[in-house]
Amino acid sequence: MAVRDLRVRRGRREVLRGLTFTVPRGGVVGLLGPSGCGKTTLMRAIVGVQIVESGTVTVLGEPAGSPPLRARVGYSTQSPAVFSDLTVAENLAYFASVLGAPRSDVSRVIEEVGLTGAARQLAGTLSGGQRGRASLAVALLGRPELLVLDEPTVGLDPVLREELWTLFHRLAGDGVTLLVSSHVMDEAARCGRLLLMREGAILADDSPAALLARTGGRDLEAAFLRLIAEREAQPA
Amino acid sequence: MNVSITLATARRIMTQLRHDHRTVALMLLVPSLVMILLYYVIDDERAFGQWAPVLLCLFPFLVMFLVTSIGTLRERASGTLERLMASPLGKLDLLLGYGIAFGLMACLQVAPALAVSLTWLGLDLAGSAAPLVVVAVLNALLGTAFGLLCSAFARTEFQAVQFMPVVMMPQILLGGVIVPRDQMATALEWISNALPLSYAVDAMREAVTASEVGPSFWRDVTVVGGSALLALALGAATLRRRTP
Repeated sequence: MAVRDLRVRRGRREVLRGLTFTVPRGGVVGLLGPSGCGKTTLMRAIVGVQIVESGTVTVLGEPAGSPPLRARVGYSTQSPAVFSDLTVAENLAYFASVLGAPRSDVSRVIEEVGLTGAARQLAGTLSGGQRGRASLAVALLGRPELLVLDEPTVGLDPVLREELWTLFHRLAGDGVTLLVSSHVMDEAARCGRLLLMREGAILADDSPAALLARTGGRDLEAAFLRLIAEREAQPA
Repeated sequence: MNVSITLATARRIMTQLRHDHRTVALMLLVPSLVMILLYYVIDDERAFGQWAPVLLCLFPFLVMFLVTSIGTLRERASGTLERLMASPLGKLDLLLGYGIAFGLMACLQVAPALAVSLTWLGLDLAGSAAPLVVVAVLNALLGTAFGLLCSAFARTEFQAVQFMPVVMMPQILLGGVIVPRDQMATALEWISNALPLSYAVDAMREAVTASEVGPSFWRDVTVVGGSALLALALGAATLRRRTP
């Protein structure tokens, strides 16, 4: 995945201010930053549903959002995007036929996100965390090569969060690239690589260990603060 | 466009409706109840014979317009539309899926009302009921297509509902339902000639009065069907994969 000088304007505000970075295949990349810093906009640009002002986004060798990519990239939005008046299994069966994924994928992904007990429940009657996992399950259909997951672990209890991160690492081990956004710093340590964002720009692009070493912070939260202070000390 | 995705979408929309028992009950029962009410309000066999087919054709048009515009708006708000726009689904797959699902619903909606009218209420048709069903189903498609198109211009459910009087009332007033079209002022008659519902009303009249429908019926029906397809194509053009 290669992003070059990506600029996005929403209304009068420039949300992304010329981002450039590349991500190699395989592995979990964490996209971190405060709420409103442009994480979701960047993810929307990568899956090709965002109008961009300038710059290029290349995914798996193709321009972002081009037809051949649509079945190879899994996308899960921040707020759960499932039909509330369909059961979990019906939701997944529909998205599986849209993606051309085999029928057997439905039970596989239900199991992967731990929703086996709720498969026959209407999505509208699920708890917030369950609905989020149902939405994540849709992104896992058809074994995509790139997974773009916007805050997939929000509102989950620690056990489930642990299970999902195990799943993410297993997928990465199989060669899948995962771009996972979060605004919780303690999740950052679980990523192989971090993109720290603030106000529409990339503040840092490194592994968690290298970031800690470079800033000399106790934890990633401190490292992030140190980076912001450094950036603001520089004359603009 | 992909036939299996289109059919999966139609099936998905039908399944959504199936889970909503109250909506299905209302869609199926209300037209029959209104026909019965109309019968007793008019209390005149001949006048009922004129008004009953009008209602039979307007019902699917109005109901499908509302159901579709609210349905697509919900799809936009829930984020499922964005998810689908990032998937291999074609824009026409989605629109035709809605068209097929609501076309089938229209058949289910018209059938009981027509059966009640023809038996209990003694509605007398000159020929068979088939042409009337054809007009009703095409009206449902027209309503669906307009609903899809209008939902692109509505940000909220409140706005979508307001589009109904904007789109529907002029067509009903100018369509020859209340005043015959050839008795209108020339300018109004011209406008009426450009509105698809006028052709639906003409076709419906012929379906009721002619013992066998002629070429003018098929011409009217083609205009209605063609307008529905045109509105669907415009709907597809207003649907964007990329949004701000």
